[in-house]
Amino acid sequence: MAGPMKMRATLGSGFTDVRVLMSHPMATEQQTKGKPHFIQNVTVKVNGKTVIEGEVSQAVSRNPVFSFRLKGGAKGDKIQVSWTDNKGESNQTETAVA
Amino acid sequence: MRTITGIATCAAALALALSPAFAQQKSQFEDYQRMTAEGSPVELFELVGEELWTKPQGPKNVSLEKCDLGKGPGVLKGAHAALPRYFKDVDQVMDTESRILHCMMTLQGRSREEALKRPFGNADKPSEMEYLAAYVAGQSRGFRLNPGNRHPEEKASYELGKKLFYVRTGLWDFSCASCHGEEGKRIRMSELPVLSSPKAARPLMATWPAYRVSNSTFKTMQWRINNCFRQMRTPEPNFGSDTVNAVNMFLTTTAKGATYRGPGTKR
Repeated sequence: MAGPMKMRATLGSGFTDVRVLMSHPMATEQQTKGKPHFIQNVTVKVNGKTVIEGEVSQAVSRNPVFSFRLKGGAKGDKIQVSWTDNKGESNQTETAVA
Repeated sequence: MRTITGIATCAAALALALSPAFAQQKSQFEDYQRMTAEGSPVELFELVGEELWTKPQGPKNVSLEKCDLGKGPGVLKGAHAALPRYFKDVDQVMDTESRILHCMMTLQGRSREEALKRPFGNADKPSEMEYLAAYVAGQSRGFRLNPGNRHPEEKASYELGKKLFYVRTGLWDFSCASCHGEEGKRIRMSELPVLSSPKAARPLMATWPAYRVSNSTFKTMQWRINNCFRQMRTPEPNFGSDTVNAVNMFLTTTAKGATYRGPGTKR
């Protein structure tokens, strides 16, 4: 059911910029009269090691875009981003730093 | 009576408070456009569009991969930037979405009614056409807008579009130029560009079709023009009609030379 994700990871000098797009309705409590549907957790892993564990609320827009800067990094590092929503659905994507 | 005075004072205070902001209106529009573009999920629509493009469908169970958008069957690179143009096989000027519709009917054997059952989608369920338009337009990034301008039909379409832009019609006696004919007009946070001037038409046509952040939907140019007519209280034109394609031809020709950088993001 989950729509596509798309991610780009680009190397800067001493850091890696990551931009990730997620398809999700991100429906709030109010919109759904008490049956919200939103991404709750976002996890970022670099070469299998967890570097970010984030909590997301209903306040985030539909089809959210997240971007963040990681310290260090090298070309070819595997960045993996996954999300889980409040209904237990999940999705993930992986890309190599370019 | 006291309430009325209260409201009047309030409105005056508000106008005063807003006036310094109006002085720097231009940069605020630009800031807003930049900020919305940074968070644009438009690539997700392109990804779904690509899937639909290559998916066998319709009575003939074939994909759209052999669709000829003017650069030969299956050639997508730069095709959107070279539309609208005249197509000999249908003896008609077509824009991107009309041509996609044509391919659905000819290649996939679908009826016009079935293919257009839902031309404009919503946030929960975007339409097939919107996904496809996003994918096709995305394949023209970096190409200069260069619609057809040699064939007599292309010239006639441009002239018709130009005429339609200025002709006043409908319940309110509006023309496109009623809103898009004067510098410095706006509706809320949307500028109303003077679309007959290349300066205003270029950045605009370089970013349609587009994702609209305020209602999380993807909008095609066919929708944009259709909805302008609806807002003018005229009968809504048919999808892919000569009327819509002519207006699109006029706008794209005015914007000629701009580098396509869409699908874009709108308010």
